[in-house]
Amino acid sequence: MEKHIDRRAFLKLAGIGGAVFVSGLGLLQHADGIAAARALYRGNEADGEDFFFVQLSDSHWGFSNPAINPHYGTTLVRAVEAVNHLPQAPDFVVFTGDLTQTTEDGSERRRRMEQFREIAGRLAVKEVRFLAGEHDAALDEGKAFHEFFGPSFYTFKHKGVTFIALDNVSDPEGAVGEGQRRWLAGELAKLSRSAAIIVLTHLPLFDLYPSWDWATADGGQVMELLLPYSNVTVFYGHIHQINHHTTGHINHHSAQSLMWPLPAPGSLPRKIQLPWDTRQPYKGLGFREVAADRRHSRYDLREFPMAEAAK
Amino acid sequence: MRVPHRMVVTVAAMAAAASALAPIRQAFPASTAQVVHITARRFQFSPSVIHLKRSLPVVLEFTTLDRKHGFKSSLLGLHTAISPGQTSRIRLVPNTAGTFTFHCDVFCGSGHEEMEGTIVIE
Repeated sequence: MEKHIDRRAFLKLAGIGGAVFVSGLGLLQHADGIAAARALYRGNEADGEDFFFVQLSDSHWGFSNPAINPHYGTTLVRAVEAVNHLPQAPDFVVFTGDLTQTTEDGSERRRRMEQFREIAGRLAVKEVRFLAGEHDAALDEGKAFHEFFGPSFYTFKHKGVTFIALDNVSDPEGAVGEGQRRWLAGELAKLSRSAAIIVLTHLPLFDLYPSWDWATADGGQVMELLLPYSNVTVFYGHIHQINHHTTGHINHHSAQSLMWPLPAPGSLPRKIQLPWDTRQPYKGLGFREVAADRRHSRYDLREFPMAEAAK
Repeated sequence: MRVPHRMVVTVAAMAAAASALAPIRQAFPASTAQVVHITARRFQFSPSVIHLKRSLPVVLEFTTLDRKHGFKSSLLGLHTAISPGQTSRIRLVPNTAGTFTFHCDVFCGSGHEEMEGTIVIE
Protein backbone atom coordinates (compact mmCIF):
# COMPACT_ATOMS: atom_id res chain seq x y z
CA MET A 1 0.00 0.00 0.00
CA GLU A 2 2.86 2.35 0.74
CA LYS A 3 4.07 1.97 -2.81
CA HIS A 4 0.62 2.82 -4.10
CA ILE A 5 0.50 6.02 -2.05
CA ASP A 6 3.96 7.02 -3.22
CA ARG A 7 2.95 6.37 -6.75
CA ARG A 8 -0.07 8.61 -6.49
CA ALA A 9 2.07 11.32 -4.98
CA PHE A 10 4.52 10.94 -7.82
CA LEU A 11 1.79 11.42 -10.38
CA LYS A 12 0.36 14.37 -8.54
CA LEU A 13 3.70 16.12 -8.46
CA ALA A 14 4.72 15.15 -11.94
CA GLY A 15 1.39 16.16 -13.36
CA ILE A 16 1.53 19.81 -12.37
CA GLY A 17 0.25 21.67 -15.38
CA GLY A 18 -0.37 18.42 -17.22
CA ALA A 19 -2.92 15.68 -17.26
CA VAL A 20 -3.29 12.10 -16.09
CA PHE A 21 -5.19 9.75 -18.36
CA VAL A 22 -7.77 7.53 -16.71
CA SER A 23 -6.63 4.74 -18.98
CA GLY A 24 -3.63 4.28 -16.77
CA LEU A 25 -1.38 6.62 -18.64
CA GLY A 26 0.17 9.60 -16.93
CA LEU A 27 1.18 12.36 -19.27
CA LEU A 28 3.27 15.34 -18.23
CA GLN A 29 3.07 18.33 -20.49
CA HIS A 30 5.46 20.58 -18.60
CA ALA A 31 8.74 20.04 -16.89
CA ASP A 32 7.54 21.63 -13.64
CA GLY A 33 7.69 19.34 -10.66
CA ILE A 34 9.95 16.80 -12.26
CA ALA A 35 12.70 17.00 -9.68
CA ALA A 36 10.30 16.59 -6.77
CA ALA A 37 8.51 13.77 -8.52
CA ARG A 38 11.81 12.07 -9.26
CA ALA A 39 12.83 12.23 -5.63
CA LEU A 40 9.63 10.46 -4.64
CA TYR A 41 9.89 7.97 -7.46
CA ARG A 42 13.38 6.98 -6.37
CA GLY A 43 11.86 5.60 -3.22
CA ASN A 44 9.90 3.07 -5.24
CA GLU A 45 12.83 1.39 -6.84
CA ALA A 46 13.93 -0.70 -3.92
CA ASP A 47 11.60 -3.50 -4.87
CA GLY A 48 13.51 -3.98 -8.11
CA GLU A 49 10.35 -4.05 -10.18
CA ASP A 50 9.50 -0.53 -11.24
CA PHE A 51 11.87 1.12 -13.67
CA PHE A 52 12.01 3.83 -16.24
CA PHE A 53 13.55 4.34 -19.62
CA VAL A 54 13.90 7.23 -22.04
CA GLN A 55 12.63 7.19 -25.60
CA LEU A 56 14.44 9.43 -28.09
CA SER A 57 13.32 9.46 -31.69
CA ASP A 58 13.79 10.86 -35.17
CA SER A 59 17.00 12.79 -34.62
CA HIS A 60 17.70 12.84 -38.41
CA TRP A 61 21.39 13.48 -37.90
CA GLY A 62 22.76 15.01 -41.12
CA PHE A 63 19.72 17.16 -41.80
CA SER A 64 20.86 20.72 -42.42
CA ASN A 65 18.06 23.14 -43.30
CA PRO A 66 18.27 26.12 -40.93
CA ALA A 67 14.77 27.31 -41.86
CA ILE A 68 13.40 24.13 -40.30
CA ASN A 69 15.86 23.84 -37.42
CA PRO A 70 18.68 26.39 -37.11
CA HIS A 71 20.16 24.23 -34.35
CA TYR A 72 20.28 21.09 -36.48
CA GLY A 73 23.85 20.42 -35.40
CA THR A 74 23.22 20.63 -31.66
CA THR A 75 19.63 19.54 -30.91
CA LEU A 76 20.58 15.88 -30.53
CA VAL A 77 23.61 16.85 -28.46
CA ARG A 78 21.44 18.94 -26.13
CA ALA A 79 18.93 16.10 -25.79
CA VAL A 80 21.74 13.77 -24.76
CA GLU A 81 22.95 16.33 -22.22
CA ALA A 82 19.40 16.74 -20.89
CA VAL A 83 19.08 13.00 -20.38
CA ASN A 84 22.43 13.00 -18.59
CA HIS A 85 21.15 15.75 -16.28
CA LEU A 86 18.00 13.91 -15.23
CA PRO A 87 17.92 13.62 -11.45
CA GLN A 88 18.22 9.90 -11.84
CA ALA A 89 19.73 7.99 -14.73
CA PRO A 90 17.20 5.92 -16.67
CA ASP A 91 17.60 2.15 -16.77
CA PHE A 92 18.21 2.47 -20.48
CA VAL A 93 17.61 4.68 -23.49
CA VAL A 94 15.99 3.62 -26.75
CA PHE A 95 16.13 5.45 -30.06
CA THR A 96 13.07 4.57 -32.14
CA GLY A 97 14.47 5.16 -35.60
CA ASP A 98 15.46 7.77 -38.15
CA LEU A 99 18.71 8.22 -36.30
CA THR A 100 20.10 9.81 -39.46
CA GLN A 101 18.76 11.79 -42.40
CA THR A 102 18.56 9.70 -45.54
CA THR A 103 21.15 10.04 -48.28
CA GLU A 104 21.68 8.13 -51.52
CA ASP A 105 25.43 8.18 -50.85
CA GLY A 106 26.37 5.06 -48.89
CA SER A 107 29.63 6.60 -47.63
CA GLU A 108 27.81 9.67 -46.35
CA ARG A 109 25.19 7.42 -44.72
CA ARG A 110 27.94 5.64 -42.80
CA ARG A 111 29.60 8.93 -41.88
CA ARG A 112 26.34 10.17 -40.39
CA MET A 113 25.82 6.91 -38.52
CA GLU A 114 29.33 7.09 -37.13
CA GLN A 115 28.77 10.66 -35.90
CA PHE A 116 25.38 9.73 -34.47
CA ARG A 117 26.85 6.75 -32.64
CA GLU A 118 29.55 8.94 -31.15
CA ILE A 119 26.98 11.42 -29.82
CA ALA A 120 24.69 8.68 -28.52
CA GLY A 121 27.76 7.19 -26.84
CA ARG A 122 27.88 10.23 -24.57
CA LEU A 123 24.70 9.04 -22.83
CA ALA A 124 25.57 8.26 -19.24
CA VAL A 125 23.46 5.12 -19.09
CA LYS A 126 24.30 1.46 -18.94
CA GLU A 127 22.44 0.53 -22.06
CA VAL A 128 21.29 2.20 -25.28
CA ARG A 129 19.07 0.38 -27.77
CA PHE A 130 18.64 1.38 -31.38
CA LEU A 131 15.92 0.88 -33.96
CA ALA A 132 16.15 1.82 -37.60
CA GLY A 133 13.91 4.25 -39.43
CA GLU A 134 13.32 4.30 -43.16
CA HIS A 135 15.85 7.13 -43.45
CA ASP A 136 18.50 4.81 -41.98
CA ALA A 137 17.63 1.55 -43.62
CA ALA A 138 15.21 1.63 -46.56
CA LEU A 139 17.72 2.43 -49.30
CA ASP A 140 20.14 -0.40 -48.48
CA GLU A 141 17.74 -2.77 -46.70
CA GLY A 142 19.41 -2.08 -43.39
CA LYS A 143 22.98 -2.94 -44.40
CA ALA A 144 24.70 0.14 -42.94
CA PHE A 145 22.45 0.11 -39.86
CA HIS A 146 23.47 -3.48 -39.14
CA GLU A 147 27.14 -2.54 -39.45
CA PHE A 148 26.84 0.20 -36.84
CA PHE A 149 24.03 -0.87 -34.54
CA GLY A 150 23.60 -4.63 -34.94
CA PRO A 151 20.37 -6.49 -35.63
CA SER A 152 17.34 -4.41 -36.55
CA PHE A 153 14.85 -6.67 -34.79
CA TYR A 154 15.46 -8.36 -31.47
CA THR A 155 14.10 -8.95 -28.00
CA PHE A 156 15.44 -8.21 -24.56
CA LYS A 157 14.09 -8.52 -21.06
CA HIS A 158 14.23 -5.90 -18.38
CA LYS A 159 12.90 -6.38 -14.85
CA GLY A 160 10.18 -8.74 -15.95
CA VAL A 161 9.13 -6.89 -19.10
CA THR A 162 9.83 -8.40 -22.52
CA PHE A 163 10.81 -5.78 -25.08
CA ILE A 164 10.35 -6.65 -28.74
CA ALA A 165 12.00 -4.37 -31.31
CA LEU A 166 10.46 -4.74 -34.76
CA ASP A 167 11.92 -3.59 -38.07
CA ASN A 168 9.22 -2.21 -40.39
CA VAL A 169 11.57 0.00 -42.42
CA SER A 170 14.32 -2.10 -44.01
CA ASP A 171 11.69 -3.14 -46.53
CA PRO A 172 11.16 0.13 -48.43
CA GLU A 173 7.48 -0.75 -48.73
CA GLY A 174 7.21 -0.40 -44.96
CA ALA A 175 6.42 -3.98 -44.07
CA VAL A 176 7.62 -6.20 -41.26
CA GLY A 177 7.56 -9.09 -43.69
CA GLU A 178 6.67 -12.74 -43.48
CA GLY A 179 10.00 -13.91 -42.10
CA GLN A 180 10.05 -11.42 -39.25
CA ARG A 181 6.39 -12.14 -38.48
CA ARG A 182 7.28 -15.83 -38.17
CA TRP A 183 10.12 -14.86 -35.82
CA LEU A 184 7.73 -12.67 -33.82
CA ALA A 185 5.20 -15.50 -33.51
CA GLY A 186 7.99 -17.73 -32.21
CA GLU A 187 9.10 -15.17 -29.63
CA LEU A 188 5.53 -14.58 -28.47
CA ALA A 189 4.96 -18.33 -28.16
CA LYS A 190 7.60 -18.39 -25.42
CA LEU A 191 5.55 -16.00 -23.29
CA SER A 192 2.42 -16.37 -21.22
CA ARG A 193 -0.65 -14.58 -22.52
CA SER A 194 -0.45 -12.18 -19.56
CA ALA A 195 3.27 -11.37 -19.94
CA ALA A 196 4.25 -7.70 -19.84
CA ILE A 197 5.33 -6.86 -23.39
CA ILE A 198 6.58 -3.59 -24.84
CA VAL A 199 6.86 -3.44 -28.61
CA LEU A 200 9.24 -0.86 -30.11
CA THR A 201 8.89 0.14 -33.76
CA HIS A 202 9.51 3.06 -36.03
CA LEU A 203 6.35 3.15 -38.16
CA PRO A 204 2.94 2.91 -36.50
CA LEU A 205 1.59 -0.64 -36.54
CA PHE A 206 -1.89 0.65 -37.32
CA ASP A 207 -3.25 2.77 -40.18
CA LEU A 208 -2.79 6.21 -38.68
CA TYR A 209 -2.69 8.02 -42.05
CA PRO A 210 -1.54 5.77 -44.89
CA SER A 211 -1.53 8.60 -47.45
CA TRP A 212 1.42 10.02 -45.54
CA ASP A 213 3.09 6.61 -45.11
CA TRP A 214 1.94 6.60 -41.49
CA ALA A 215 1.22 2.90 -41.41
CA THR A 216 2.92 -0.48 -41.62
CA ALA A 217 2.04 -2.41 -44.79
CA ASP A 218 1.38 -5.63 -42.86
CA GLY A 219 0.63 -3.95 -39.53
CA GLY A 220 -2.74 -5.69 -39.32
CA GLN A 221 -1.06 -9.09 -39.41
CA VAL A 222 1.41 -8.00 -36.72
CA MET A 223 -1.44 -6.80 -34.52
CA GLU A 224 -3.21 -10.15 -34.98
CA LEU A 225 -0.17 -11.81 -33.43
CA LEU A 226 -0.06 -9.34 -30.53
CA LEU A 227 -3.75 -9.06 -29.68
CA PRO A 228 -4.03 -12.43 -27.88
CA TYR A 229 -1.60 -11.04 -25.29
CA SER A 230 -3.29 -9.00 -22.61
CA ASN A 231 -0.45 -6.70 -21.56
CA VAL A 232 1.10 -5.16 -24.68
CA THR A 233 2.09 -1.54 -25.23
CA VAL A 234 3.67 -0.09 -28.37
CA PHE A 235 6.11 2.83 -28.52
CA TYR A 236 7.04 4.18 -31.91
CA GLY A 237 8.40 7.25 -33.76
CA HIS A 238 8.18 8.40 -37.38
CA ILE A 239 5.31 10.90 -37.12
CA HIS A 240 7.29 13.55 -35.19
CA GLN A 241 4.55 14.27 -32.68
CA ILE A 242 2.80 12.75 -29.70
CA ASN A 243 -0.14 10.56 -30.62
CA HIS A 244 -2.03 8.02 -28.54
CA HIS A 245 -4.09 5.30 -30.15
CA THR A 246 -5.71 2.08 -29.00
CA THR A 247 -6.19 -1.13 -30.96
CA GLY A 248 -8.42 -3.33 -28.84
CA HIS A 249 -6.61 -3.39 -25.50
CA ILE A 250 -3.21 -2.37 -26.96
CA ASN A 251 -2.06 1.23 -26.57
CA HIS A 252 0.26 2.85 -29.13
CA HIS A 253 2.29 5.95 -28.19
CA SER A 254 4.35 7.95 -30.67
CA ALA A 255 7.20 10.25 -29.67
CA GLN A 256 8.26 13.71 -30.72
CA SER A 257 11.21 14.28 -33.02
CA LEU A 258 14.56 15.86 -32.22
CA MET A 259 14.75 17.73 -35.55
CA TRP A 260 11.39 19.00 -36.81
CA PRO A 261 7.70 18.61 -35.99
CA LEU A 262 5.09 17.41 -38.48
CA PRO A 263 1.43 18.41 -38.76
CA ALA A 264 -1.38 16.40 -37.21
CA PRO A 265 -2.54 13.53 -39.43
CA GLY A 266 -4.41 14.90 -42.45
CA SER A 267 -4.57 18.42 -41.04
CA LEU A 268 -2.80 19.89 -44.08
CA PRO A 269 -3.05 18.95 -47.76
CA ARG A 270 0.60 17.87 -47.72
CA LYS A 271 2.88 16.45 -45.10
CA ILE A 272 5.40 19.24 -44.67
CA GLN A 273 8.14 19.87 -42.16
CA LEU A 274 6.82 22.58 -39.87
CA PRO A 275 9.24 25.53 -39.95
CA TRP A 276 11.13 26.82 -36.94
CA ASP A 277 9.10 29.24 -34.85
CA THR A 278 11.44 32.00 -33.68
CA ARG A 279 8.93 33.02 -31.00
CA GLN A 280 8.85 29.48 -29.64
CA PRO A 281 12.22 27.84 -30.32
CA TYR A 282 12.21 24.04 -30.28
CA LYS A 283 8.41 24.00 -30.39
CA GLY A 284 7.17 20.47 -31.02
CA LEU A 285 10.52 18.83 -30.29
CA GLY A 286 11.23 16.70 -27.28
CA PHE A 287 11.76 13.30 -25.76
CA ARG A 288 9.94 11.04 -23.37
CA GLU A 289 10.45 9.20 -20.15
CA VAL A 290 8.47 6.02 -19.58
CA ALA A 291 8.03 4.90 -15.99
CA ALA A 292 6.91 1.30 -15.66
CA ASP A 293 4.60 0.69 -12.72
CA ARG A 294 4.85 -3.08 -12.63
CA ARG A 295 2.37 -3.57 -9.83
CA HIS A 296 -0.42 -1.85 -11.71
CA SER A 297 0.71 -2.88 -15.18
CA ARG A 298 0.84 0.69 -16.35
CA TYR A 299 3.27 3.06 -17.98
CA ASP A 300 3.42 6.70 -17.00
CA LEU A 301 4.67 8.91 -19.79
CA ARG A 302 6.42 12.19 -19.16
CA GLU A 303 7.18 14.40 -22.09
CA PHE A 304 10.28 16.59 -21.95
CA PRO A 305 10.01 19.55 -24.33
CA MET A 306 13.32 20.46 -25.93
CA ALA A 307 12.43 24.07 -25.19
CA GLU A 308 13.03 23.19 -21.54
CA ALA A 309 15.85 20.76 -22.10
CA ALA A 310 17.83 23.21 -24.24
CA LYS A 311 17.89 25.92 -21.56
CA MET B 1 21.43 -13.35 -73.20
CA ARG B 2 19.40 -10.24 -72.70
CA VAL B 3 16.23 -10.76 -70.77
CA PRO B 4 13.34 -9.35 -72.78
CA HIS B 5 11.35 -6.55 -71.25
CA ARG B 6 8.54 -8.32 -69.50
CA MET B 7 5.01 -7.16 -69.72
CA VAL B 8 3.43 -7.95 -66.43
CA VAL B 9 -0.19 -7.25 -65.81
CA THR B 10 -0.71 -6.22 -62.25
CA VAL B 11 -4.16 -5.41 -61.12
CA ALA B 12 -3.40 -4.50 -57.59
CA ALA B 13 -6.29 -2.22 -56.93
CA MET B 14 -7.39 -2.70 -53.40
CA ALA B 15 -11.05 -3.18 -54.20
CA ALA B 16 -11.92 -4.08 -50.66
CA ALA B 17 -10.47 -0.85 -49.40
CA ALA B 18 -11.88 1.33 -52.16
CA SER B 19 -13.29 4.56 -50.86
CA ALA B 20 -16.92 5.43 -51.17
CA LEU B 21 -15.66 8.70 -52.65
CA ALA B 22 -14.92 7.02 -55.94
CA PRO B 23 -16.20 3.49 -56.38
CA ILE B 24 -14.29 1.73 -59.11
CA ARG B 25 -15.49 -0.97 -61.49
CA GLN B 26 -12.69 -2.93 -63.09
CA ALA B 27 -14.26 -5.52 -65.41
CA PHE B 28 -14.35 -4.35 -69.01
CA PRO B 29 -12.86 -5.38 -72.36
CA ALA B 30 -9.30 -4.07 -72.53
CA SER B 31 -9.75 -3.00 -76.15
CA THR B 32 -12.36 -0.43 -75.17
CA ALA B 33 -10.18 1.33 -72.63
CA GLN B 34 -8.15 4.48 -72.79
CA VAL B 35 -4.53 3.80 -71.86
CA VAL B 36 -2.58 6.30 -69.78
CA HIS B 37 1.12 5.66 -69.41
CA ILE B 38 2.78 6.95 -66.25
CA THR B 39 6.52 6.96 -65.73
CA ALA B 40 8.05 6.93 -62.27
CA ARG B 41 11.55 8.01 -61.38
CA ARG B 42 13.24 9.66 -58.40
CA PHE B 43 11.26 11.71 -57.27
CA GLN B 44 8.39 12.33 -59.63
CA PHE B 45 5.61 10.81 -61.64
CA SER B 46 5.21 11.88 -65.25
CA PRO B 47 2.58 13.05 -65.82
CA SER B 48 1.94 14.11 -62.24
CA VAL B 49 -1.60 15.24 -63.06
CA ILE B 50 -3.76 12.60 -64.73
CA HIS B 51 -7.04 13.66 -66.31
CA LEU B 52 -9.72 10.96 -66.61
CA LYS B 53 -13.30 10.99 -67.84
CA ARG B 54 -16.06 9.79 -65.59
CA SER B 55 -17.51 6.42 -66.73
CA LEU B 56 -14.79 5.98 -69.37
CA PRO B 57 -12.77 2.76 -68.88
CA VAL B 58 -9.08 3.41 -68.47
CA VAL B 59 -5.91 1.40 -68.00
CA LEU B 60 -3.16 3.09 -66.00
CA GLU B 61 0.20 1.71 -67.13
CA PHE B 62 3.26 2.23 -64.97
CA THR B 63 6.97 1.81 -65.63
CA THR B 64 10.02 3.05 -63.72
CA LEU B 65 13.18 4.58 -65.12
CA ASP B 66 15.39 3.88 -62.13
CA ARG B 67 14.41 1.89 -59.06
CA LYS B 68 11.34 0.38 -57.46
CA HIS B 69 8.56 2.81 -56.70
CA GLY B 70 4.92 2.47 -55.74
CA PHE B 71 1.66 4.07 -56.77
CA LYS B 72 -0.98 4.51 -54.11
CA SER B 73 -4.18 6.51 -53.92
CA SER B 74 -5.84 5.87 -50.60
CA LEU B 75 -8.89 7.90 -51.61
CA LEU B 76 -9.47 5.82 -54.73
CA GLY B 77 -8.33 2.56 -53.18
CA LEU B 78 -5.66 2.01 -55.85
CA HIS B 79 -2.25 0.52 -55.27
CA THR B 80 0.46 -1.14 -57.32
CA ALA B 81 4.19 -1.67 -57.11
CA ILE B 82 6.27 -0.26 -59.99
CA SER B 83 9.32 -2.47 -60.46
CA PRO B 84 12.24 -2.09 -62.88
CA GLY B 85 11.80 -4.05 -66.09
CA GLN B 86 8.08 -4.52 -65.60
CA THR B 87 4.90 -2.78 -66.63
CA SER B 88 2.22 -2.63 -63.95
CA ARG B 89 -1.38 -1.94 -64.86
CA ILE B 90 -4.51 -0.86 -63.03
CA ARG B 91 -7.83 -1.11 -64.85
CA LEU B 92 -10.63 1.08 -63.63
CA VAL B 93 -13.77 2.94 -64.51
CA PRO B 94 -13.92 6.24 -62.63
CA ASN B 95 -17.38 6.73 -61.25
CA THR B 96 -17.09 9.88 -59.19
CA ALA B 97 -15.85 13.26 -60.33
CA GLY B 98 -13.24 14.95 -58.20
CA THR B 99 -9.54 15.43 -57.54
CA PHE B 100 -7.70 12.63 -55.80
CA THR B 101 -4.10 12.57 -54.64
CA PHE B 102 -1.66 9.70 -55.15
CA HIS B 103 1.88 9.18 -53.94
CA CYS B 104 4.84 6.83 -54.04
CA ASP B 105 4.56 4.41 -51.12
CA VAL B 106 7.99 2.82 -51.54
CA PHE B 107 10.66 4.84 -49.73
CA CYS B 108 12.97 5.86 -52.56
CA GLY B 109 15.29 8.51 -51.12
CA SER B 110 15.69 12.09 -50.06
CA GLY B 111 12.84 13.39 -52.25
CA HIS B 112 10.41 10.58 -51.53
CA GLU B 113 8.04 12.82 -49.60
CA GLU B 114 7.56 15.01 -52.67
CA MET B 115 6.82 12.15 -55.08
CA GLU B 116 3.11 12.58 -55.54
CA GLY B 117 0.44 13.66 -57.98
CA THR B 118 -3.28 14.01 -58.57
CA ILE B 119 -5.95 12.25 -60.58
CA VAL B 120 -8.62 14.61 -61.86
CA ILE B 121 -11.87 12.87 -62.80
CA GLU B 122 -14.12 15.11 -64.89
